Amino acid sequence: MAGGFRKPSVLPGFGLTLGFTTFFLSALVLLPLAALVFKTSALTWTEFLEILLDERAMASYRLTFGAAFLAAIVNAVFGFIVAWSLVRYDFPGRRLVDAVIDLPFALPTAVSGIALATVFSPNGWLGQKLALANIQVAYTWVGVVVALILIGLPFVVRSVQPALVEVQRDLEDAAETLGASPWQVFRRIVLPAAMPALLTGFTLAFARGIGEYGSVVFISGNLPYQTEITPLLIVIKLEQYDYNGAAALGFIMLVMSFVMLFAINLVQAWGRRRQAAAGR
Amino acid sequence: MAGAAHRTEERRLTRRARVVRATLIGVSLAFLGLLLAAPLGAVLAQALAKGWAAYTESFSDPDTRAAIRLTLLTAAIVVPVNTVFGICASWAIAKFEFKGKSLLITLIDLPFAVSPVIAGLVFVLLFGSQGWFGPWLQERDIQVIFAVPGIVLATLFITFPYVARELIPLMQQQGSDEEEAAITLGASAWVTFLRVTLPKIRWGLLYGIILCNARAMGEFGAVSVVSGHIRGLTTTMPLQVEILYNEYNFVAAFAVASLLAVLAILTLVLKTLVEWRAGRGGA
Repeated sequence: MAGGFRKPSVLPGFGLTLGFTTFFLSALVLLPLAALVFKTSALTWTEFLEILLDERAMASYRLTFGAAFLAAIVNAVFGFIVAWSLVRYDFPGRRLVDAVIDLPFALPTAVSGIALATVFSPNGWLGQKLALANIQVAYTWVGVVVALILIGLPFVVRSVQPALVEVQRDLEDAAETLGASPWQVFRRIVLPAAMPALLTGFTLAFARGIGEYGSVVFISGNLPYQTEITPLLIVIKLEQYDYNGAAALGFIMLVMSFVMLFAINLVQAWGRRRQAAAGR
Repeated sequence: MAGAAHRTEERRLTRRARVVRATLIGVSLAFLGLLLAAPLGAVLAQALAKGWAAYTESFSDPDTRAAIRLTLLTAAIVVPVNTVFGICASWAIAKFEFKGKSLLITLIDLPFAVSPVIAGLVFVLLFGSQGWFGPWLQERDIQVIFAVPGIVLATLFITFPYVARELIPLMQQQGSDEEEAAITLGASAWVTFLRVTLPKIRWGLLYGIILCNARAMGEFGAVSVVSGHIRGLTTTMPLQVEILYNEYNFVAAFAVASLLAVLAILTLVLKTLVEWRAGRGGA
């Protein structure tokens, strides 16, 4: 430790707490994830690519990524409006609405899944009305998008809220005094200031949407090639004891998670740089 | 005259601002109503669709009772373990400077980034019959996958970061001056933690525990992969909801779901209270 692995401190417990942390982390998280990587690396390239590029798998990627992306876009727009209303306006029940935003975090995904499926099924409350307009949500890809909107909403709202609080109101007032229209004030001052937070929220919602399982499987109908998401395909392969297939698809999803994690870090670093530049 | 023109201009603007305001609040409430209130209402409406008697009757099913017991058992193991882990990790990370710290923080957050299905899958690959430890476990007649230990492991994985991620920023922000003073004045490590650190972090800690518990009781994807869905033995409440729903036993399915929904609402209430206390009482 002479090389200065850590700075000296009078506080006790470093060895014990760090030791326990790394041990527990390795045993519970890193070892299992390593098992997935090793299982996949035991496959030959042809086997791996065959599983990956399989027609049914390709269809599931399209649905998973497409629906997660659409849902994140919808959340970016409506989540921003919700965050704006909560930060800028005072209305009766504002605090209740603010608390309820986290419901998708707290509500078990299976519960939101069956609830959405019921509400949007062709004879459900909303499904009935949408059926009149010839729109079917449940058991189509639209249902997948709806479920992912629900799951992703808090990520956008909770990312954007603090950024909107931080926007300098005096800049807005100045712009308005100088004759800028409200829309110009929003586009030129508010939106640029909130952009990094909005992008972070978007990416978090997108990342969560890719991996989501519980709330989707009840409303999606799970038809192969049509409404089958990639996590479900992994479950199906496991149920058929096709461990290789499940591992290969799981590996790709793991890689995607790392890519998303990296993207989130990039966005946040960009936001910090912009904030630092604006502060000067 | 100029003054009057200015005044009408302002009134016009404020009227427009009022319209914008009303529209945005309206859009927000409509969006949240469709997305959050309607499904929540549906859960309660469906659970009570055949009356209160049918609702309470749902809970006399032995399989449902077993599922509730298993969920409570899982949470009773997982929450304390991850709480101890969270405190250890945040002590090491917040109180000391060492190399590789940011990597460690990233790794602790990893389970948040991974799909629940992957969380289940990795334990099947480790402990399943064809897994790394499968043959070894089979020789000794120990079952992990399709049994309670697998459910506990998968839930531990999923809820791993909750307490740590609440405590690390809080403790980093609080610094270690007071702890250093206590140690220098001769307090033992344990006394320092209990008397100095714990009172400072209690609301953050409680917050993390509440969120960890909610997720532990409600986890579906990861548990579904390792459980095997053996009725009365390896089904937790969310899995019981799925089984009942797929059997078209809607009243029972939504009855169990309503318990989980109440748990979620309780979690939000507690969370709001804790935030409120932390905000005024100083962390």
